[in-house]
Amino acid sequence: MNGTNLFKIALRALANNKLRAFLTMLGIIIGVASVITMLAIGQGSKKSIQTQIAEMGSNMIMIHPGGDMRGGVRRDPSEMQTLKLENYEKLRDETNFIAAISPNVSSSGQLINGSNNYPSTIYGVGLDYLEIRQLKIESGEMFTEADIQSSAKVCVIGKTIVDNLFPDGSDPVGHVIRFNKIPFQIVGVLESKGYNSMGMDQDDVVLAPYTTVMKRILAITYLNGIYASALSEDMTDYATEEISTILRREHRLKDSDEDDFTIRSQQELSSMLNSTTDLMTTLLACIAGISLIVGGIGIMNIMYVSVTERTREIGLRMSVGARGIDILSQFLIEAILISITGGIIGVLIGCGASWVVKNIAHWPIYIQPWSIFLSFAVCTVTGIFFGWYPAKKAADLDPIDAIRYE
Amino acid sequence: MSKKVIELQNIKRNFQVGDEIVHALRGITFTINEGEFVTIMGTSGSGKSTLLNTLGCLDTPSSGEYYLDGISVRTMSKSERAILRNRKIGFVFQNYNLLPKTTAVENVELPLMYNAKVGAAERRNRAIEALKAVGLGDRLEHKSNQMSGGQMQRVAIARALVNNPAVILADEATGNLDTRTSFEILVLFQKLHAEGRTIIFVTHNPDIAQYSSRNIRLRDGHVIEDTVNKNILSASVALAALPKNDDD
Repeated sequence: MNGTNLFKIALRALANNKLRAFLTMLGIIIGVASVITMLAIGQGSKKSIQTQIAEMGSNMIMIHPGGDMRGGVRRDPSEMQTLKLENYEKLRDETNFIAAISPNVSSSGQLINGSNNYPSTIYGVGLDYLEIRQLKIESGEMFTEADIQSSAKVCVIGKTIVDNLFPDGSDPVGHVIRFNKIPFQIVGVLESKGYNSMGMDQDDVVLAPYTTVMKRILAITYLNGIYASALSEDMTDYATEEISTILRREHRLKDSDEDDFTIRSQQELSSMLNSTTDLMTTLLACIAGISLIVGGIGIMNIMYVSVTERTREIGLRMSVGARGIDILSQFLIEAILISITGGIIGVLIGCGASWVVKNIAHWPIYIQPWSIFLSFAVCTVTGIFFGWYPAKKAADLDPIDAIRYE
Repeated sequence: MSKKVIELQNIKRNFQVGDEIVHALRGITFTINEGEFVTIMGTSGSGKSTLLNTLGCLDTPSSGEYYLDGISVRTMSKSERAILRNRKIGFVFQNYNLLPKTTAVENVELPLMYNAKVGAAERRNRAIEALKAVGLGDRLEHKSNQMSGGQMQRVAIARALVNNPAVILADEATGNLDTRTSFEILVLFQKLHAEGRTIIFVTHNPDIAQYSSRNIRLRDGHVIEDTVNKNILSASVALAALPKNDDD
């Protein structure tokens, strides 16, 4: 047997029936194209969610007070005063899995600069806050440790605040604005981050030393929350456990008591969102996979009819010396050629369709290289699997009957 | 005595049809030497198709020995017989059996496609040579649906010649053709015979026997007559004697 010759024979046979070969391919083309497009859409939305979470700081851990009962009434966590500054200091000094940690107190109020004013929230935070939230200073600088020690009236503001308080475009650094009548000097402006996946404006922030907000604005000794960031995303669980242990100890909770604080990590959020998009991707891939199988059955159907239709040709080939294996190979090669060619066209159309979806519908699209390899491999397997039975049928024909088949 | 191409020794072939056993061949013995032009004749049911299948290595006898070009065929596997057909036998069928939508050269190349020893260039050259030998040197690239019956049969004969076989087996090769074209094909067979080819021509048309060198008649699975034709008629003379066709 000569492989090249069999390949030529199969190619000629296909060329003699171009329309039929193309129609057979169509099933595979549609199947592969839809697998690729569907996976691209699924992976695209997953990736965009992941990016957004990463922007928020994927290692971030949020500690809030909560879960306390007084006289049978569950109270609003924000009123709770269980998180103290000492807790923050203990955590800062004792944890091993945390890269950065910052207390958080916040207060809403009106920001005023001359004749412009804007309602916003001032966050009292530590120096690590920038690292935790992945924020960057665009101009000016962050307030300093000394500012925290002295409860200095300085602040760093986001782009939305700049736009509203300084509509003339002047440089806000060095200016003094007032928050609830308390003057704050602007020392820096944050780089813009845009909206997050929840639709919140991440540029609508004013950052000030936590001591300033606690003492000068709110006059409180407790914290609204503590933000921390784990050493890496994988270590989030260890960090959470460690924080929980320290806080329970500090709060002198008995084993039977429930936590009077809650710890949430971005990992929980990301795994929740991922499971949603994974489900969607799986569903889309299943639908696409079914169309691929339907395409495969199309190949089998046509090859089967083709064997019957070409019985005389098979008989002739056998009488001039084709062995069963030669006939089997020829039909198998035809089936594989159809499915692979269909696969290539399908990949091209799938990539094209993904591009169209990206540029016209503006959906996030990400074509995973493995999805192309996968659908390609599936095509070949489909060709062999669904081509085998008709090919075997052709090879098993008796040449005497086949040559005289009417 | 020249070389034995075909040697049959008491060939029997039985078929199981339901509960009955049909004896298609009941002990056939004959030898065909190189360069003979043998017609095998018989009515329908005489066993000539079965004999042809056996000679063509498409079928194996139930008992008896068959040597083709000195090789014992009876114990061969299907694949071995396929290779033997590829190298030793050229078939010519009643209904030509050309591949549709395929050029004459490609049709003739077909047997060589299954012979890995023959390269692409040699394959094409041999196909062209064979087509020239049957007088179709000017129709190499014609597709099978662009040719007349006679031309298609010539392509089929070229295909049978291309592997330089030990024997050419023709099965009612003129059955689908009109008288004039039939004679043209017979002229071609006589020419091949004159060149020393061994030809076995199975037919039920008694006229053809007059143009062959030997005639074997079958009835009910037996050879009832095996005569050497001393007085071979020339097909080209007969062709010339035919009234001219208007459309030819």
